[in-house]
Amino acid sequence: MLQSLTVLLLCQLAGEVLVRLLHLPVPGPVCGMVLLFAGFCLLGRIPDALARTADGMLANISLLFVPAGVGVMLHFDLIAADWAAIAVGIILSTTAGLILTALPMHLLRRRHAADPAASPGKEQP
Amino acid sequence: MQQPVLPPEVQDLWVYLSASPLFHLTLTLAAFVLAQALFRRSGGSPLLNPVLLTVVMVVLVLLATGTDYRTYFQGAQFVHFLLGPVTVALAIPLYRQRAMLLRYAVPLVASLLIGSATAVISAVITVQMMGGRADTVSSMAPKSITAAVAMGVSEQIGGLPSLTAVLVMMTGVFGAVTAPALLRLCGITDPAAVGLAIGTASHGIGTARALQLGETCGAFSGLAMGLNAVATALLLPVLWHLAMNWL
Repeated sequence: MLQSLTVLLLCQLAGEVLVRLLHLPVPGPVCGMVLLFAGFCLLGRIPDALARTADGMLANISLLFVPAGVGVMLHFDLIAADWAAIAVGIILSTTAGLILTALPMHLLRRRHAADPAASPGKEQP
Repeated sequence: MQQPVLPPEVQDLWVYLSASPLFHLTLTLAAFVLAQALFRRSGGSPLLNPVLLTVVMVVLVLLATGTDYRTYFQGAQFVHFLLGPVTVALAIPLYRQRAMLLRYAVPLVASLLIGSATAVISAVITVQMMGGRADTVSSMAPKSITAAVAMGVSEQIGGLPSLTAVLVMMTGVFGAVTAPALLRLCGITDPAAVGLAIGTASHGIGTARALQLGETCGAFSGLAMGLNAVATALLLPVLWHLAMNWL
C-alpha cells in the first residue's frame, strides 16, 4: 500500500516536473497518468498491489471533490449573476455532447463492422 | 503536541474546534458518509448525488457557524491533496480497457473527439451569448470531464477551479438523469454508443449510471471518461490560448 502510494506520487512528481520543464499546457497529474500508463505498457501488466491500492482510492474518488465543491461558497455572487447562462449552458451543451458522441459511434460502428478489412487503428490515448 | 486543558465553557470549546483542521476534516468525512448512506437508501437516485449532498451539508454548517472557506480548507486540504495521486491512478482502469480501446479505436476516438469538442464549444458559446462573465465562461469549458482533471484545466485557462468543480457536478447529475431517455428518443440503443456518450458528456457521475444500464455500457462509459479527460486536458488549453490570441 505504501509502495503503491509512493509509485503514484512519483508519477505525479515526474509529471509536474515534466510539465514545468517543457512548459506543457496540461495538469501535472494528467502527465503523471500518461507516464504510468506508458509504464504498464512497457511492463505488460499492472502490479497487483498497485491495482488494489488504486481501486480502493478510485472507489472513493467522489469524496475528493468535496473540498473544492464547497468552494462554491466563494462564488455565490458569480453564480447569482450568471445562473441563467450556467443553467442553459449545462442543459444545452450536455444534451448536444451526448447526442453528438452517441450518433457518430452508432453510425461508424455499423460501417466499421460491415467492413471485414477494418483493423484496429493506431490511435492511442 | 500537548493541547492546553480546555475550559469547561462550550464557547471556548467551540473556539478551539472551529479553528482546528480536525473538526473540518471530520465534518467533510462525516457528511460524505451520511450522504452515501442516503444515496444508497434511495436506491442510487442520481438526484441524490453524494458529492452534491455533501457539499450542500458542509456549506450549510459553515454558513450557520460563520466559518470562512479558508478556515474550512485548512482541514479539508488533506482530502483535496489526494486528487493528484488519484488522477494518476486513473491509468489503471484505462489500461484494463486497452483491448476494447484497440478493437474500436477508429469509431471510438472519432466519436469521442466530436462529442468532446461539441460539449466544450456549445457550453462556451451559450454562456458567452447569454452574457456570462469571462470567469464563468472559462470555468464552464472543461465541465464535462472528471473534476480531478477539470479543475487543473480550468486553472490553466483562467477559470475558477472551485466553480468548475461545482459545474462538473451539475453536468454529471444532469447527464446521469437525462442520458438514457434522451438517447432512446434519438433511436440510439447500442450500449457501446450510449456508454461512450455518457462517459464523454458526464464523466464519473454519468458512469455510475451507465454501470446500472449494463456491463458494456459501463465499460465504454468508464473508458470514455478517462479518454476525454486526457483529450480535453491535452487539447483544450492549447486551443483555448490559440483562440484567445486570435480573437
